[in-house]
Amino acid sequence: MPTLWLVLIVVALGGIGFVLGRGRALASAGGDNRKLHSLPSYYGSNVAMKTIMPAMGVLVLWLIVQPFFVDATVSKLLPDAAQSEDTTLGLVMSDVRRVADGLDFAVAEGLLSPDEAQALDASSDNVRETLGAAGVALGSDVSAEVLNAAQRYRVLSATGRLFMSALVLVAALGGCAWGVKNSHMDYRARNVVEAGIEALLVTAASLAILTTFGIVLSLIFNTIEFFQRYPASEFFFSLVWSPSFGGGSELGLLPLLWGTLYISVIALLVAVPIGLFAAIYLSEYAGPKVRGVAKPLLEVLAGIPTIVYGLFALLTVGPLLMSVFGREGLGWMQAGTAVMTAGLVMGIMLIPFVSSLSDDIINAVPQAMRDGSYGLGATQSETIRQVVLPAALPGIVGAILLAASRAIGETMIVVLGAGAAARLSMNPFDAMTTVTAKIVSQLTGDADFSSPEALVAFALGMSLFVITLGLNVFALYIVRKYREQYE
Amino acid sequence: MYDAPNSERDVEVKDIKITAQGVQVYYGDTHAIKDVSVDIEDKTVTAFIGPSGCGKSTFLRCLNRMNDTIDIARVEGNILLDGEDIYDKRVDPVQLRAKVGMVFQKPNPFPKSIYDNVAYGPRIHGMAKNKADLDEIVERALKRGAIWNEVKDRLHAPGTGLSGGQQQRLCIARAVATEPEVLLMDEPCSALDPIATAQVEELIDELRRDYSVVIVTHSMQQAARVSQKTAFFHLGNLVEFGVTDKIFTNPTDPRTEAYITGRIG
Ligand SMILES: Nc1ncnc2c1ncn2[C@@H]1O[C@H](COP(=O)(O)OP(=O)(O)O)[C@@H](O)[C@H]1O
Ligand SMILES: [Mg+2]
Repeated sequence: MPTLWLVLIVVALGGIGFVLGRGRALASAGGDNRKLHSLPSYYGSNVAMKTIMPAMGVLVLWLIVQPFFVDATVSKLLPDAAQSEDTTLGLVMSDVRRVADGLDFAVAEGLLSPDEAQALDASSDNVRETLGAAGVALGSDVSAEVLNAAQRYRVLSATGRLFMSALVLVAALGGCAWGVKNSHMDYRARNVVEAGIEALLVTAASLAILTTFGIVLSLIFNTIEFFQRYPASEFFFSLVWSPSFGGGSELGLLPLLWGTLYISVIALLVAVPIGLFAAIYLSEYAGPKVRGVAKPLLEVLAGIPTIVYGLFALLTVGPLLMSVFGREGLGWMQAGTAVMTAGLVMGIMLIPFVSSLSDDIINAVPQAMRDGSYGLGATQSETIRQVVLPAALPGIVGAILLAASRAIGETMIVVLGAGAAARLSMNPFDAMTTVTAKIVSQLTGDADFSSPEALVAFALGMSLFVITLGLNVFALYIVRKYREQYE
Repeated sequence: MYDAPNSERDVEVKDIKITAQGVQVYYGDTHAIKDVSVDIEDKTVTAFIGPSGCGKSTFLRCLNRMNDTIDIARVEGNILLDGEDIYDKRVDPVQLRAKVGMVFQKPNPFPKSIYDNVAYGPRIHGMAKNKADLDEIVERALKRGAIWNEVKDRLHAPGTGLSGGQQQRLCIARAVATEPEVLLMDEPCSALDPIATAQVEELIDELRRDYSVVIVTHSMQQAARVSQKTAFFHLGNLVEFGVTDKIFTNPTDPRTEAYITGRIG
């Protein structure tokens, strides 16, 4: 039974349960809803909740666990001989899955009967051709072991699904019956629903946290795998980045980190003064009319996709800088793509980020501070420089650090604006590249995912993650400390 | 019912420091102050009393042009300080506020050290020749604010770390440090406990020797204790203005009497 149908059936059962529970509770009170402990709809919700939630829990768990179980069972069937030198168990298993899917597809299309699919024999039938006719292209001929495993795979999956459907339906019906039985006028349905809602919210929150953990774990495992194939000391201290998929690559982090930091620093040099001054103007000087127009306009800048900024860097800022610093001008610049180009454009991207955070922080400085200063005969700019900004400083520093961690993680502007050469150079008009841009280029193309040249992407991602995490934690710590001051 | 310790000192006639003539204040369309005229004497404590929302703070803020910082506020009429119109175009409101200091309802020390809080005004106005001079100004102001003994050992600790009463006296010291001629106080004790209130009241009586003090208060006992002159506001009008004793013992206007005896407020 397809999963979608299963879900719909469970939901329908929930709906029926709602009506039943509500009706039974009302009946137990003789139709007088004042005698009920809770509002009638709570009795309905109670039953619907008990029908749907456990059944869905079983469904999700089963869907997650079954593939692992089937994989583990089937891979035991494969003899070691099926793994030739240049393949691994993982690759063979993915062949098995592909063949199994192909057979499923052929059956669904009616090209094979279910029995024929299971009876196929690698020595007598040409499996590749049969599947090819169904529109499933395979890279090579199918060996007997793989075909066998694929057939076994199909059997196991089908049985698993059958059990799953049965279990889910039993859970739904059982929950429904349990809920309906409880629907009596004294039953505290309201409190139970409350607990159920809490459970739902806890599930959502833990899912968010668990996925984060999952992402970090996969980063960590792949990073460890990388360091097993490539020495960590080389990665952290080598001054050269020259990957070559033929082997003998040098994968030094430093040139990329240098490019990242150089571009980020230029971006912050642009974004911080402009963003901060804009925030001061908006929060202290601008009248309500100007503010009402300018603030949303600035925030529109924050909504522009970064690829658009990248195009702006490539097509406008790069050529503009070339005309001044390029061969016709000062001769410092070889091409439009350079650290300066990417840095300037990234700075423009960060302006609204800095200004809207700083604006909030400046506005949070109590009016009493300003009044106190004006009351002593200070001018507006004296008040801002000597009272408002010092009071807001920790928050502003926090905003700048958050902007910095965005700059470090930015990719598209760099890909289009900074060039692709990993280089340790002081000249801001040289092309350089960053950690993020190289992660993209190492994983695109037909890299072998088990080579150090591809795995290095995870080590790069991990380094970046550690840096931005550190910056964010530091920024949040500072921002929070500031909040406490006036509360 | 009210103690009136200052009666015999009021007999002498003092110079007029501030004269207000026909002052009107509007917040947008709200008419907050209606045709108020009042003379405020030098070296005297003048109290503004009245039910909340009657315009006491608004009128007080006219006296040092703090209403300029509110966009929608509009002031009409004349206010003279030593005979000069403070709303004249030639008057710099920033300079004026150095001469007419202000202390607010809630203590509002800057998030700086105690020393820097007090030195703030003198630094802005370039009142000190050198560091030693500034030290002296700060010390003198803190002594006048009756807080020197409590803070002299921790001048560089943050001003926000003091207790509420200490913070308010610090704010008074900060205002005094710019050598104002008039000190405006908007309910300076409303956020303080009774002991701190008593300390600040004592300080106000001290300050009267050098300054003209105008204090807004919602406590009639406080007005009776610290002031020599009292002005009673009601719905934006100045209902009655006169010697404090007279207002509290023998008010002429029935609204004043009603307020003092607790029938309106
Ligand atoms: N910033 C402001 N904007 C608009 N109306 C104000 C403002 N400040 C005070 N008002 C109005 O002016 C009137 C007098 O207020 P206020 O002077 O604060 O009274 P009091 O200090 O006597 O309690 C009130 O009606 C108040 O609503
Ligand atoms: Mg007030």
